[in-house]
Amino acid sequence: MLDKIDIELTVNGHAYALRVEPRRILADVLREQCGLTANAGCEHGVCGSCTVLIDGEPARSCLMFAVQAQGKQIRTVESLADGNRLHPLQQAFIDHHALQCGFCTPGFLMLACGALERDPLLSDDDLLNVLSSNLCRCTGYQNIIRAVRAAATQMRTG
Amino acid sequence: MEYFDLQLEELPLVSDRLDRLERTTSAASNVTSTQIGRAVTRLEDLPLVSGGGRFAASISFPRQLHMRVVRADHAHGKILSIDASRALAHGCVAVWTAKDVTEVPPIEFRPTSVKGLEPYCQPVIARDRVRYVGEPVAVVFAEDPYEAEDAADLVSVEIEDLPVIVDADQPPGEFAAGYSTEPTVIRKVYGNVDEIFRTAGVVVELDLSIGRHSGVPLETRGAIANYDVARDVLELHAATKRPHANRDMLARLLHRTPSSIHLYECHIGGGFGVRGEIYPEDVLVCLAALRFSRPVKWIEDRRENLIACNHSRQQHHCIRAAVDSHGRVLAIDDTFFHDQGAYVRTHGTRVAEGTAGMLPGPYRVPAYRVTGHYRLTNKTPAATYRSPGRYESTFVCERLMDAVAAKTGIDRIEVRRRNLIAKSEMPYVRPVDIRDHQVVMDSGDYAGLLDKALARIGWDDLYAHLKRRRASGEAVGAGIGIFVERSGLGPVDGVRITVDSGGSIEVVTGAASVGQGVETVLAQIAADVLGVDYRMVRVVHGRTDRIDYGFGTHAARTTVMTGSATHIAAQNLRAKALKIGAEMFDAAVDTLDIVDGRIIRKGHPEGASVTLAELASMLTPAAMAKTGRDPGLTAEGWFHSDAHSYPYGVHIAVVRVDRETGDVKVERYLAAYDVGRAINPMLVEGQIVGCVAQGLGGALLEEFVYDPNGAPLSTTLADYLMPTAHDVPDVEFLLTEDAPSPTNPLGIKGAGEGGISPVGATIASAIDDAIGVAGAVTQLPVTPMRLRAILRGLGS
Repeated sequence: MLDKIDIELTVNGHAYALRVEPRRILADVLREQCGLTANAGCEHGVCGSCTVLIDGEPARSCLMFAVQAQGKQIRTVESLADGNRLHPLQQAFIDHHALQCGFCTPGFLMLACGALERDPLLSDDDLLNVLSSNLCRCTGYQNIIRAVRAAATQMRTG
Repeated sequence: MEYFDLQLEELPLVSDRLDRLERTTSAASNVTSTQIGRAVTRLEDLPLVSGGGRFAASISFPRQLHMRVVRADHAHGKILSIDASRALAHGCVAVWTAKDVTEVPPIEFRPTSVKGLEPYCQPVIARDRVRYVGEPVAVVFAEDPYEAEDAADLVSVEIEDLPVIVDADQPPGEFAAGYSTEPTVIRKVYGNVDEIFRTAGVVVELDLSIGRHSGVPLETRGAIANYDVARDVLELHAATKRPHANRDMLARLLHRTPSSIHLYECHIGGGFGVRGEIYPEDVLVCLAALRFSRPVKWIEDRRENLIACNHSRQQHHCIRAAVDSHGRVLAIDDTFFHDQGAYVRTHGTRVAEGTAGMLPGPYRVPAYRVTGHYRLTNKTPAATYRSPGRYESTFVCERLMDAVAAKTGIDRIEVRRRNLIAKSEMPYVRPVDIRDHQVVMDSGDYAGLLDKALARIGWDDLYAHLKRRRASGEAVGAGIGIFVERSGLGPVDGVRITVDSGGSIEVVTGAASVGQGVETVLAQIAADVLGVDYRMVRVVHGRTDRIDYGFGTHAARTTVMTGSATHIAAQNLRAKALKIGAEMFDAAVDTLDIVDGRIIRKGHPEGASVTLAELASMLTPAAMAKTGRDPGLTAEGWFHSDAHSYPYGVHIAVVRVDRETGDVKVERYLAAYDVGRAINPMLVEGQIVGCVAQGLGGALLEEFVYDPNGAPLSTTLADYLMPTAHDVPDVEFLLTEDAPSPTNPLGIKGAGEGGISPVGATIASAIDDAIGVAGAVTQLPVTPMRLRAILRGLGS
């Protein structure tokens, strides 16, 4: 075991005081030490299941070391709901059957959330480009696209 | 939650797109359907969208050890030595090799009448030989998963190379002394094939290959074993697919009694047939938990998944058909080479048998002979992947139909019409068996669905439009594929339904869930019969400790088998409740109904009533003495069916080929499917569209490539390419219920595998049409390089 160092991660607005090896990846630390969601599908940055928001930008938490995320605002899927009220994206995914096994879902939700918060008027073409960043093996994507479009409309009109 | 506050009628429905559900006479149930057939949203979703997903990587126990597998990096060789000293010095807890697990037999396969497969089973750790890159040669246990990986890298394995076989077509070699790499040949025949070929006017011959690919779920495999010393119970977590059968197999391999092993399902990140079989790693975590008296956790990485999880699909067919001048197929003679990889795994020869039995497809083939060479090669072992054997057989059969059209000059669609089995011939007995079950197509109107699909896409206008585009220089074309599927694997299923004193309904099943919506579908069926909101129903699955017998989720069986058992159990429970209600109200049973969980007199919803919850509370063990009734508002239901049900479909694709790059853009894709009866049309659509996406992957992108030494080259998701949102068009889905199955009370057929098998063939047909050369595509996947080679070969 390599020497551990003390870091503090800010996740979903909370501060987590952690002791980690520098080589520990962010996805593993979020899951194992913070008890939050970061599903690792490939650990080489292709599938995007591990996508979280780092300072508002979608990022592959499998390609970051936890120590690199210090001082950043990290958001996982647990940040979307407001108490008992689901985020429009979450509700839209349910309404449009945009998930089956659910493994890629947190990654898609954070990817879409980051993209739409950055640009609420994202065009359909740009949205498709964004969503093509992540893999889904179950749904064939069309319901995910429909869900994100529906949520985008709702997020705009609020 | 807001969502759960909504009334049933207010639940958001996705049916505006699915209102084109074409129903004729649905199979009747004796209550008005309020929830069967509706596109209600899923019970499963809330936790999965809000961070409540518990996949294998999230399952941990205090004091757990982590297992890491040391894998062979030679495709075939003798193990000369394994040196674990550096690993142990580094600080892991233990390193096992084959000598540490001698009491564990090789992993079994399912019962089969095929003889002689036993010597080819895989040991949990390689013994004297390794036979594929990725085969376990040692396992390391450590306190931390990163340390386990470090230690595994320090284990040195010395291997002396043996000749490598990467091609199932080449002559068989030696698996072990006295055993060749062709364990068996699958043969089926009916009709006088040779005589027909002798006198045939037209003979069509094709040489076709389907590339090696597989399910590749987004979640890699994992297993967590926990031995509860106090209860002497071994627990295996993150199990799925066939919990009871797997438990029984583990019991035999570990020499424990079955009731001392419990399997638990958590959330499962996709199955597709490849997850949920017993692999060496499952046995090893269990053995380790028993020996160390500590929980043992194993999560594979993606490279391991691509080289150690079941492969599938790779077959090479040499097919001949005798045809008359009207394009009718008189006989088919097919010889194929099935590339099984290094070992026989838990499915034995089932995939190859399925190919052999289903190859004639939806067509009337008067005479047929198939010879399936089941061959072992030095590659990752293969088994079932969604629509196993049938993606392969449909590709071959549909390529054959296009070839018949080309040879006879008859239109592709017309040729198919002339050969399709007619509705009037149902049930149609094909004189072949698959694993001792005769192929009997239960119901179907293949020509009718073909008409509907052509009408839906507007075939004539579409084709005229494509011709104009071709005239202006675009390489665009349309292809078609017709298929029949096999679903509802029996022979039996059973559930138990109980109402608790709070009014919640629990349906305990032996089913599993791989993410497809099992809970929702079964809840809809139960709720429909019991007169409650489906959201009051909790479905238990994937737990061997909750129900004694279970048959799992695979082969598109759950809605058919577990759904039918649920229907029967719910009817039994309803009858029980109404009988008691009838006594309470001093009324005849047929004057009562259950609405919103209350037993009422029909037509008097505001009158005297009793809730199911109240009834459940009254049926106590103490009350038994007075009433003579068994306690609890509970009932079982068993459904027996030896007959498969055969859903079917028609796919149409429009593609544009880029002659420079070889890229294929799928512009349109129509999937028409007759499901017999849809419990939830939205979930059926989800299955079919997901199938199409995977089918496109197999048609254009996905392949496990090996070098001549048997080294796998597709070891990351940057090499093994899967479809993205750019690669899958907006699939137009036409769902029909024209041919309910007579084999079960609700008329259901399965949908889990129903949209993948024709995709390779349909895309091939479209590409041929786009480049104007019939029969150009003979090999999947049609990668850009292969298509460029085809185009260059044609002088384009």
